[in-house]
Amino acid sequence: MSFELISGSQAAAIAVQRVGVDFVAAYPITPQTAIVETLANFDAKGELGGEFVSVESEYAALASCYGASASGARVFTATASHGLAYMHEIIHWCSGARVPIVMVNVNRTIGAPWSLDPDQGDSLSQRDTGWMQIYCSNAQEVFDTVLQAYALSEELLLPCMVVFDGFYVSHTYEAVDVAEKEDVRNLIGAPIFQAQVQPGTPGNMHALTTGENQMLLIKNRHETMLRAPAVFEDINKRYEEIFGRSYKVIDCVIPPGAKTVILAAGSTSETVRWSLPQLNNVGLIQLRMFRPFPADQLCSVIEAHDVEKVVVVDRNCSTGMGGIFAQELRAALYGVEKPPAVQDMVLAGGVDLTLQMLENMLDSGPVENRVEEKWGVDLL
Amino acid sequence: MKIEELNRESEMLYSGHNACPGCGAALAVRYLTRALGPNLVLVLTASCWSIISGMPPLTALKCPILHCPFPSAGSVGSGVKRGLNAKGKHDTTVVVLAGDGGTFDIGLQALSGAAQRNEDYIFICYDNEAYMNTGMQTSSATPFGARTATAPYPLFKAGQKKDIMQIMAAHGIPYAATATVAYPEDMEIKLKKAKEISGFRFIHILSPCPPGWGTESSDTIQLSRLAVNTGFFPLYEIRNGVSWEMTWMPERTRTPLTEYLSRQRRFNQMDELRVQALQEEVDHDWDCLMERVGASEKCD
Repeated sequence: MSFELISGSQAAAIAVQRVGVDFVAAYPITPQTAIVETLANFDAKGELGGEFVSVESEYAALASCYGASASGARVFTATASHGLAYMHEIIHWCSGARVPIVMVNVNRTIGAPWSLDPDQGDSLSQRDTGWMQIYCSNAQEVFDTVLQAYALSEELLLPCMVVFDGFYVSHTYEAVDVAEKEDVRNLIGAPIFQAQVQPGTPGNMHALTTGENQMLLIKNRHETMLRAPAVFEDINKRYEEIFGRSYKVIDCVIPPGAKTVILAAGSTSETVRWSLPQLNNVGLIQLRMFRPFPADQLCSVIEAHDVEKVVVVDRNCSTGMGGIFAQELRAALYGVEKPPAVQDMVLAGGVDLTLQMLENMLDSGPVENRVEEKWGVDLL
Repeated sequence: MKIEELNRESEMLYSGHNACPGCGAALAVRYLTRALGPNLVLVLTASCWSIISGMPPLTALKCPILHCPFPSAGSVGSGVKRGLNAKGKHDTTVVVLAGDGGTFDIGLQALSGAAQRNEDYIFICYDNEAYMNTGMQTSSATPFGARTATAPYPLFKAGQKKDIMQIMAAHGIPYAATATVAYPEDMEIKLKKAKEISGFRFIHILSPCPPGWGTESSDTIQLSRLAVNTGFFPLYEIRNGVSWEMTWMPERTRTPLTEYLSRQRRFNQMDELRVQALQEEVDHDWDCLMERVGASEKCD
């Protein structure tokens, strides 16, 4: 164990350095900037082990990662908010092209108006792009998840987005076990995935195809992604052996007899976890993996505990429909014999979650409106 | 070069590709892959060549092609070259191929970024002067006065064609050159020069487009030659952004522009005033180019 007092952003960057990447494309955006700055400092000391390139936009950052990954290189980039939105086209392209890119997105509200708080709408609006998404609640999880994302991504040949909240995670300093490089190499060695671009060998990679072929490719991508929870479990078995800690796609703390659970992703799950002792027999489901959506795992836990009510913390809102995690949970629960009530706590705009708000939400009884949502502003 | 001197072994373009008859872009890629191959990777952005390259598992070229989204060509080229370097494949020539839309318009930011970083690859723009793959819509490379699908009669392309070569020269890149399909030897010399230079290299190829320009497919080479001899598309090269040199001078005097315009249906509704305006623009650009070439000679 090798503990350092670092921020979530530094944890992400150190994990990238420990994994060993061939290519980093960097473009600054708050609150992500510290990640690429930390990697630049590794580069300045000759400790990065790959090329560090400052490019002219987030779009260029991911586009150059695509080119490098297609050539067989292990790559990294990080972004947030408007930067992620600006990448949208190439985000789709990378999953269609099956390049195993790992990218960090630090949640920040997308404008207008300008805002810095950690609304999750940036990453959630990329949910249908064919990337895996894993949400982290603290700096240690960030470090561990970035390492694991490379193993997962290169196994499945699917890109993976590691997501955490701006400021609450990115700028908060915590003691993090940053592991030794040798231990990391036991988890993940040099990249072994095949380069798509092979000089000397003809190939017409990602050229125009037919609807039928495209369907087969999308089906394969979908079925491959559905294997992610099982692969993630295998990776975490190895992780446990090497590092003495491991994670699940959903992490549950449900006291015996608790009929109400709170579902949260990212740093709000950490807030809920520390609030549980002060709440009356309430459980927590931390949603770590969002794509693929762990529907089976969620339904099993909810049924096993006879959960009657799930309060979902949604630091996001799909305008005209509501919080996205709540929608996804409701869809997953369709067909369950005794589905719980799903109440949505909407903290769109990235507002802080307090114990008072949790208590007000839990005490508020049945929610009158059809979509069973309460907004943070009404819970203060 | 005589036809019997061609080395068939070095051809990289297969017959049976999807280009229209008389396509300048197909010829351009035939010449450039022959000059730069065989250890060559082509990064290909959205353009006519997205179609010409064929539908997998078929391919029109003997070298690997990596397709990429429209605005991304300059960036993907950077990644491919650096990725190949990381894998120890330093000797492979990376070429980014884009049309005028992917170069002058939607691809300009990525192109500028890569040029400024002096990325080690060759960016080749085949310029057919409009969005031809989508059916001849105006681009910023469309000449003044031309009719397009988004500037139908009585409208016309207003404003000058963007001077991409001056933009590239302003980046101070090691090598930039113009070329066109009527002068394959000139093109080959420039490509082979470019191959021996490291850093960012830019080749601008005028590629006549029979359906888009409204010309006979058999006229492609003659039009390409007329573009050069009218001074509409001069052949030159620029080293390090400052040293300008002509590689081909029109014989005696430049041919009047009307001879070039009158053979293309995209210009056939231009009135005299506009023709005159375009001739003046070409004359002015020619004089400016001669000044730059002259100033470069003095410096040398």
